[in-house]
Amino acid sequence: MTYQPQKDFGTPAASADEQVTLTIDGRAVTVPAGTSVMRAATEIETSIPKLCATDSLESFGSCRLCLVEIDGRRGTPASCTTPVEPGMVVHTQTPRLQKLRKGVMELYISDHPLDCLTCAANGDCELQDQAGAVGLRDVRYPVAATHLGQTKDHSNPYFDFDPSKCIVCSRCVRACDEVQGTLALTVEARGFDSKISAGLATDNFMGSECVSCGACVQACPTATLVEKKVVEIGTPDRAVITTCAYCGVGCAFRAEMRGEQLVRMVPWKDGKANHGHSCVKGRFAWGYAHHGERVTAPMIRESIDQPWREVSWDDALSFAADKLRAIRATHGPAALGGITSSRCTNEETFLVQKLVRAGFGSNNVDTCARVCHSPTGYGLKTTFGTSAGTQDFDSVDDSDVILVIGANPTDAHPVFASRMKRRLRGQDGRPPARLIVIDPRRIDLVRSPHVTADHHLALRPGTNVAVLTAMAHVIVTEGLADEAFIRERCDWDEYQHWADFVSTSANSPEALEPVTQVPADSIRAAARLYATGGNAAIYYGLGVTEHSQGSSTVMAIANLAMATGNIGRRGVGVNPLRGQNNVQGACDMGSFPHELSGYRHVSDEAARALFEAEWSVILDAEPGLRIPNMLDAAIDGTFKALYIQGEDILQSDPNTHHVAAGLAAMECVIVHDLFLNETANYAHVFLPGSTFLEKDGTFTNAERRIQLVRKVMTPLNGMEDWQVTQALANALDLGWNYTHPSEIMDEIARLTPTFAGVSFSRLDEEGSLQWPVNDAAPNGSPIMHIDGFVRGKGKFVVTDYVPTDEKTGPRFPLLLTTGRILSQYNVGAQTRRTENSRWHEGDVLEIHPADAEDRGIRNGDWIKLASRTGATSLQALVTDRVAPGVVYTTFHHPDTQANVVTTDYSDWATNCPEYKVTAVQVTASNGPTEWQRDYDAFSKKSRHIVPAEAAE
Amino acid sequence: MSTTDTLIRMANQIAANLGHEDDPASATAEHIRQFWDPRMKAAIRAHDGTGLSPVAARAVAHLAQA
Repeated sequence: MTYQPQKDFGTPAASADEQVTLTIDGRAVTVPAGTSVMRAATEIETSIPKLCATDSLESFGSCRLCLVEIDGRRGTPASCTTPVEPGMVVHTQTPRLQKLRKGVMELYISDHPLDCLTCAANGDCELQDQAGAVGLRDVRYPVAATHLGQTKDHSNPYFDFDPSKCIVCSRCVRACDEVQGTLALTVEARGFDSKISAGLATDNFMGSECVSCGACVQACPTATLVEKKVVEIGTPDRAVITTCAYCGVGCAFRAEMRGEQLVRMVPWKDGKANHGHSCVKGRFAWGYAHHGERVTAPMIRESIDQPWREVSWDDALSFAADKLRAIRATHGPAALGGITSSRCTNEETFLVQKLVRAGFGSNNVDTCARVCHSPTGYGLKTTFGTSAGTQDFDSVDDSDVILVIGANPTDAHPVFASRMKRRLRGQDGRPPARLIVIDPRRIDLVRSPHVTADHHLALRPGTNVAVLTAMAHVIVTEGLADEAFIRERCDWDEYQHWADFVSTSANSPEALEPVTQVPADSIRAAARLYATGGNAAIYYGLGVTEHSQGSSTVMAIANLAMATGNIGRRGVGVNPLRGQNNVQGACDMGSFPHELSGYRHVSDEAARALFEAEWSVILDAEPGLRIPNMLDAAIDGTFKALYIQGEDILQSDPNTHHVAAGLAAMECVIVHDLFLNETANYAHVFLPGSTFLEKDGTFTNAERRIQLVRKVMTPLNGMEDWQVTQALANALDLGWNYTHPSEIMDEIARLTPTFAGVSFSRLDEEGSLQWPVNDAAPNGSPIMHIDGFVRGKGKFVVTDYVPTDEKTGPRFPLLLTTGRILSQYNVGAQTRRTENSRWHEGDVLEIHPADAEDRGIRNGDWIKLASRTGATSLQALVTDRVAPGVVYTTFHHPDTQANVVTTDYSDWATNCPEYKVTAVQVTASNGPTEWQRDYDAFSKKSRHIVPAEAAE
Repeated sequence: MSTTDTLIRMANQIAANLGHEDDPASATAEHIRQFWDPRMKAAIRAHDGTGLSPVAARAVAHLAQA
């Protein structure tokens, strides 16, 4: 089939239950009340000509092309702004309408270049289509005053803006307002002089507030805003639905292809996580897939001071297998382990943990969720009974109060943030939701266009538990707890024990103010709002989990939700915003050393028996090592071999020196990745990986939504990642013979009760499914804990504030906290290899003006950032976004290596690193630190490759 | 920092955070049983108890009994 854009109904769907029947061109149609005549017509395949209408935006009624005649009504109303009425009789094509439309179109075309044949939108242009639809045959107006010949704006790396082709339909401006919520674009001047502007008259797209989400490009009906790739390649000829491989929102995209060449990624309107929206990463930053640094040949070396040798797959796999066998023979299975990736598919992750448990014979498998959401696993399992967010993203539409703690959605989860902002601006005539932000830093959400937080509790890093306990104190002592809910759903004795604890005067906001540095009045007001403001939902991120009391904070959040009855329906709940695309999935798939898939402890004999029968092996009943423990054990000499799929622990894990020492102590490190990442500097075997464009599988997003990833091109490395793991398993004589990832999912479904009803064919039919999918919930579970908690009764857990051991003092007086930025992703392995770096070329240190002045540091100065663990250097950004005493940076760039500075303190329950609190000092500097110089030299040497000799 | 020091710190942290349980020492021991690898359990049991908080020390004694 040739390329078709996704069907456009012209105006958004109406959600009313009431149905209305009307007649359009002699045909009856029944639609929900509130539907526009235009949409109703489209439902019966009648396309009324239109330009300013598109179904992602509210109707606007400006282009005057979608006019219709309605019996008994005067004039020719615009069908996009006219709601259907019972018994209405509509005519979409009459001689009068034809004449009117032709006249309107003639005016448009009189001021539009006629370069259709060489235009980038040729074949995919609504103006062209509509000129055809209205039968325009000539333009009578002479070329006089026009908007032609204006300068194009090429400043954005991904799309061009050509004002000469603009018809000022305002779709781009409205997309920026309504869909993205940045409100960067505007219409400058009036009347004939009207012109789309990226911001101020002096701004181009790159210099403006534009965040390059692509919503305007998608909304544009002409070639005014068009992807540079379309300009370069041409229009696509087919589209494949797949799932983004960046953050945990899990946006569905149409990968629009020409042959095996990806032309563009366009957000899929039917994607239930993103509803047709995207961000700069998913929409545009996929060029890394063909970056020159991508490694496509397997490589080996005896020791890490040698250059890499390119070899065949067979040689690399047998080299790895020989080493693994030898290590197991000498040191036993406990010396071997693996790390699964939250970037890989469920099926790939499942296979890696299977290889470790069934092949290596140990439970030493862990995943990068160790360093992000492992406390979510512990905390939500303890309190609610299962490790997952309670809501779907759509639930936010019904929230009256939104509490964001330790998350920065506009940067880290931008597509969901747009959704949240829409609710915070007010929609459908309902008052806007109220907003509480708990964050040491003034994140964008605190104050952005048409959104202002009611309360921003700028707490001292490391005091989340104290703030939440103080809020609980207010809720309990002021009688705001929902005791009926608690009596029905939770263990009443545990509640009373908890209520007694939080009610003590030591836990009042006033008593804790010296600790939290949040004014007691603000905490009281925020607590009252959360408890009494209607449906209240909590969204949290790594600012909650990456602390020595990460698990306690998750449980404190769960306590608040239970105490106020904010669980078990739309609009409420506890929602971890997952960092990477498949963090939820990696956790679900049994990537933790103590758990089999579906969160069943390895000591659970019945669960183990299921796996033992399926895999024909005996499994260890003892938990294995977590990543930091693997590194300790390696230094102690009891852990020798590690297979790492799609992770860069050297850059992403804390205390880089310690990670490097652990890796250097191992005898066989196998890195399976797209690039020679930082960890590969310590590897003996490199197995090239495949991108999400090159494989089939599934990802599970933050709302437990399982979605298909579909292969659109042949893997450059020759194998999909699950095939690489299978080949390694078979080099160890495990005899695996999966022929497609769907067979792996079938095995997962057989072994995991919450996935019992999941299969590729069902996902293909349904688009997506939210687990649990089983006999009790055959169509999945958008909202959890509706009639009761998974564990039975909800469990209140006393969360006493225990200060971290990481203390400021005279030598290290400031607290460093770390985070992310919109354009970069995690360690940057993908985004740094795209034009996204134009927005963020290096990590910078945010420092408050008072702290900067004390140290004689000016904006842009190079500074040295030192902790008890290590030191690095980077440039300063002087800003009052951070409080005095707090500094902030990102960890996207290996030459900065923020994790040289972070410590190995960690969460008490899960060892999730305490990234968010490090005592540091900042001083003026004039160059790289010793570590940076040494590492740079080592890194260059360690990446040296000797190519394979050409076979004669 | 040696692995034993790390394990002592971990045990003390667990004990401190489970201080409000009915029996903090058993709760700490149970946590260690569920989440620590055998060589970590063996190492903390082999340690002479120096540096362990009273609750953590009792928890380690529980481990030895189990």
